[in-house]
Amino acid sequence: MKRHLISAGDLSRDDAVLILDTAQELESVGGRAIRKLPTLRGRTVVNLFYEDSTRTRTSFEAAAKRLSADVINFSAKGSSVAKGESLKDTALTLEAMGADAVVIRHPASGAPHRLTNWVSGRVVNAGDGTHEHPTQALLDAFTIRQRLGGAAHMGTVPVGAGGGGGGGAGGADRRGQGLDGLRVTIVGDVLHSRVARSNVLLLSTLGAHVTLVAPPTLMPHAVEAWPCRSGYDLDTELRKSDVVMMLRVQQERMNAAFFPTIREYRRRYGLDAGRMALLPEHAIVMHPGPMNRGVEIAAEVADSARSTIVQQVANGVTVRMAVLYLMLGGATEETA
Amino acid sequence: MCAMRPEPVHEPGPGGPGDPGNLAGQSRPRPDGQGGAVPAGPGPQGWKAVLTPEEIRRALTRIAHEILERTHGGDQVVLLGIPTRGVFLARRLAARIGEFEGSPAPVGSLDVTLHRDDLRLRPARALQRTEVPTDGIDGKTVVLVDDVLFSGRTIRAALDALNDLGRPRAVQLAVLVDRGHRELPIRADYVGKNLPTAHREKVRVQLAEFDGADSVLLGEVDR
Repeated sequence: MKRHLISAGDLSRDDAVLILDTAQELESVGGRAIRKLPTLRGRTVVNLFYEDSTRTRTSFEAAAKRLSADVINFSAKGSSVAKGESLKDTALTLEAMGADAVVIRHPASGAPHRLTNWVSGRVVNAGDGTHEHPTQALLDAFTIRQRLGGAAHMGTVPVGAGGGGGGGAGGADRRGQGLDGLRVTIVGDVLHSRVARSNVLLLSTLGAHVTLVAPPTLMPHAVEAWPCRSGYDLDTELRKSDVVMMLRVQQERMNAAFFPTIREYRRRYGLDAGRMALLPEHAIVMHPGPMNRGVEIAAEVADSARSTIVQQVANGVTVRMAVLYLMLGGATEETA
Repeated sequence: MCAMRPEPVHEPGPGGPGDPGNLAGQSRPRPDGQGGAVPAGPGPQGWKAVLTPEEIRRALTRIAHEILERTHGGDQVVLLGIPTRGVFLARRLAARIGEFEGSPAPVGSLDVTLHRDDLRLRPARALQRTEVPTDGIDGKTVVLVDDVLFSGRTIRAALDALNDLGRPRAVQLAVLVDRGHRELPIRADYVGKNLPTAHREKVRVQLAEFDGADSVLLGEVDR
């Protein structure tokens, strides 16, 4: 695995499976009385957030703290950035403070990549512009594997019960497995979605067949070059999906008329109870959050048993612990 | 961090007979120098068998009896094996206890990776499984089971890991081989064989479940 986690495309299948397996092991920590491991004691993780975010920042913070790392939160609001400090100068400041890892979210695509030139610690991309959000894709993959992974080729049942209870997944051993053959449909504002981009790269690496469904105006131009299929008709795709992932309509990035009205979008691309009934019986509904209830997803769908939305949040902490452990847990100097 | 699997599974046939360098290269020796594996088979060149399958069987039978004796019939005993080979040894001991007493002892595994003191000396390593029996370990007598006792650092990490899981009434330690050279004040309660070794020597435990055959080998490996 590479030194930094900038793109889901940087991960080989082995890297990705290793992260998922590590997360599966770390999951039990969340169910224990003492939710803390000494592993990253003395390491410093900086959360550098130039965009508002609650779940991703708190998720990274919780993950680092469960591994006993020191966490410094640095948000653009009310900091030197508001006074006009450049990313480079902020990076040099963090470098002087001795950050072992910098978790960065930035509205500009490519900012985490630039940051790697200025800091000696590891850089984890927590979402950059409309580019990528690799840890979201990892937690989505983890959730899919937990709920559906290898349903056809379930492994041996482990001795005894799982360590201390975490895990909503009946105890099947999915270690070492990818997501081979699963059909994942990603629906909505693909154009602006870093979640979609990271998921297409990661899920296809893991062997899933990904289909993008979006209004033509919200489909990226060179989507033919992506390792996935694309289409415009949601109902057809739903009938043959194991997973449907609804994307948020990102009103803050809608600086042009991409679709006429919310009502029309909802009618053609929103997931309501009627559409959910088209899905195969075992299929699950995902959403990276935050949701616009009543726009891309109806409340009754979001709250249904098929929805993994809450599970995704819980898995976010676990998967980010795995990423931080694998990046910071071992020797600092190594050949990448 | 490179892509690594928890433990390479070795082919039963000897990969490079009589080539210790090759053996050392393909096995993944534990950080304290023990463990790892050589291709199964009766003592590859440069390796001397110190325990035969028969002797291993008898040693485990004796340890099972000793555990029952020391814990007054094995009531409230939980066996926790330390991956990889400790887990198989723990399962064997649990089965023996079941044969003698009618009901097998609860058995699980305890991965100590996240508690090791040498994490920063090597790239991050893959985690192995921690599985605690459903009843937990609170108030129980936990018997930690490992293949080789050497520096004692693995056991120290295991004691820390146990601390996070609960509060056992007592913790004991069973090992198949005690090779000496302790670096911490730790000793085993049950020992299959005390094996005097030189520091540079290597001890390899092979178990049928993982390596295809049972044996304990002693060798000198020059890197």
